[in-house]
Amino acid sequence: MEKIQNALRLSAVDHVAEELGLHVSQPLANARAMVSELEVIPANHQADAALLVQLADWCDRFTPVVALDPPDGLFLNIAGTNHLFGDDRSILEKVIHTFRSRSFATQGAIASTTVSARALAHYCDGCIVGENGEAKAVSSLPVEALQLDPVTTHAFRRAGLKTIGQAASRKRNEIVSRFGVATLARIDEALGQDGRPITPRQPSTDYWKAKSFSEPVSTLDVIRTALQSITASLCTVMEQEGVGARRLEASFHRSDGNTRRIAVETGSPVCTAAIIDRLFHERLASLSDPLDPGLGYDVIRLAATRVERRDHATRSLDMKAQAQMEIDLLADRLVARFGREHVVRFHPQETHAPEDAWLIASVQDSHKAQVSWQAIRVLHEAPRRPLRMFTRPEPVEVAQDPLRLSWRKVSRPITHWEGPERIAMAWWQQRKQQATRDYYRAEDEAGRRYWIYHSTGSSQWFLHGLFA
Amino acid sequence: MDIHKLSLLHNALAKPGLPKAKHFVGLGREPDDQALKDGLRHDAFHEVFAHAGHEAAATGFAVGLAARLAQDKHILWIGEKFAWQEHGMPCPSGFFELGLDPSQVMFLSVTHAGDALRAAGDALTCTSLGTVIIEITGNPKILDLTASRRLVLACAQNSVPVILLHFGAALQTSAAETRWIVKGAPSAAEADNWGHPTFDVNLIRNRSGRTGQWGFAWSCDDGRFENAKAASGAVVSTPANRSAEAA
Repeated sequence: MEKIQNALRLSAVDHVAEELGLHVSQPLANARAMVSELEVIPANHQADAALLVQLADWCDRFTPVVALDPPDGLFLNIAGTNHLFGDDRSILEKVIHTFRSRSFATQGAIASTTVSARALAHYCDGCIVGENGEAKAVSSLPVEALQLDPVTTHAFRRAGLKTIGQAASRKRNEIVSRFGVATLARIDEALGQDGRPITPRQPSTDYWKAKSFSEPVSTLDVIRTALQSITASLCTVMEQEGVGARRLEASFHRSDGNTRRIAVETGSPVCTAAIIDRLFHERLASLSDPLDPGLGYDVIRLAATRVERRDHATRSLDMKAQAQMEIDLLADRLVARFGREHVVRFHPQETHAPEDAWLIASVQDSHKAQVSWQAIRVLHEAPRRPLRMFTRPEPVEVAQDPLRLSWRKVSRPITHWEGPERIAMAWWQQRKQQATRDYYRAEDEAGRRYWIYHSTGSSQWFLHGLFA
Repeated sequence: MDIHKLSLLHNALAKPGLPKAKHFVGLGREPDDQALKDGLRHDAFHEVFAHAGHEAAATGFAVGLAARLAQDKHILWIGEKFAWQEHGMPCPSGFFELGLDPSQVMFLSVTHAGDALRAAGDALTCTSLGTVIIEITGNPKILDLTASRRLVLACAQNSVPVILLHFGAALQTSAAETRWIVKGAPSAAEADNWGHPTFDVNLIRNRSGRTGQWGFAWSCDDGRFENAKAASGAVVSTPANRSAEAA
């Protein structure tokens, strides 16, 4: 029940209500008059949408290309999945049966375009249309099955075109001039002549392999072995096509509908099964919440969600390239175990502000250096930048006579100092308006060396780093 | 003959002239490398203990050793996150000032010593790495004699040196090739600028040669250690007292 056109109306009815003569968009008052003990639940479209997404997740076990058809439909592109689940009919029966056994009122059909599949699902449940059979199958369906807007549907009825077949029998230019190009396209699609691709929820990929188990698997060893065999077959395909994966996603579909996805990324395209195995091994070993097979997984799928063409020229036998490749592989393994943001390289930036002098980037991001590292010291001079630097400069006290520095509650007599080195902060960046700083290098009697500063116009000193 | 034995035999045949000749890298100081025999053993596990309060100096010393050992190969620097807050994080411009190009260094931050050792173990299988540096604070249980033996073996097998940089740690038994206690040293008095980084180093264990105590200076210009000039206040280095903690 929800409010439509200022009246509370039924937005959905179940089988029993339908048999009692209730229908969608009927005012609630009328419905109550017809069935006094009517049970009414306020519509919650958000929850419906969330549920649809969950169902779509579950359907991922059949194919990676699952699209939502709100408010209550799902499209599954099952092209090429037959070898996993038997023929079309067994897939359809399996999907419908599973949903119905969980008390979802479900209808389904298989056809080559989305419009005809949807029309058939609504009006001819369980129907499977073979190659080029759409025109015949849909022609007897009412024009409502096209799911055009109500005004157009009504206009078709007024014109005496009650079925899709009748509508299609008119000349094409007549339909265009009366109802517009979009309507003609819709009819064409329903007849299976011109299909638009569905928009899958997950980025679709051509490279995926799955394994389904008649007995759900739950031991980790079996799961690993299964994943390895899937990896091997996926790699064979990628190898043949000359591509490599930059990102791989393994999805584990539990028999109770739960789906767990685990992804690994690589710095350069790979299609070597051993490497991918090792990455997943690292990743699975480092999960903070490990895989929970519950009653077991019935489908495991591996998809290369980002692929790149492998550059054959780079596969030289040159020692240096070989070494670089080994380093890249190590980086991939470390990233798989510790996460992207924890395995980094520093890249130089062109700025004077010491805290912005570099960019921290994940090792997997290829980075074309715009600038190179510049020495700030001159020949024979000591380092002018500290070896260890505090992300947040720490407040310190500097006292004269004798000169001493007080940091972390320890007073350190200063024997040498140098400075100031005046560094202008990036004042042109509005977000961090910071005053120019005067930096000093100070050495205490034990030989510890500090990098301290105070901002111009302020007497508060900060310790920014430590020298060797 | 089972497969395992066969593969062992195969490996033995693939590496003629076993046992492998030890490979040493000089630190740059001519007279005192004599004391270290020919320098620092390359495919080995070295420990550097920071004297309390001298963590940055010990880092500098480790950077120097790493630069000597790695040549132009890549370096993996493993550190604990909280230590990077406590002692400051490695600063790439500072690395460059010392003469080590930061673009040859990968940094990995971990949450505890176990992760650091595991990552190091993994990294040591990559023979293209020049050096692995591990920073570890205190004396975690996981870093025991077995763990250090494992590192020694992995280093030797893959010819990748490891430098374990200890902060705030007491000396415990380990299988390391060398152990150093490092402390910053005051600059020479006459320097109008304070000169190159100087260290009081105390080599307390050296499996391939003598131990000793020296004043080292790192030359940022040629990337090598030199003998330090006399310090201003004639600070006498503390004797080897079996504890890096004693200030």
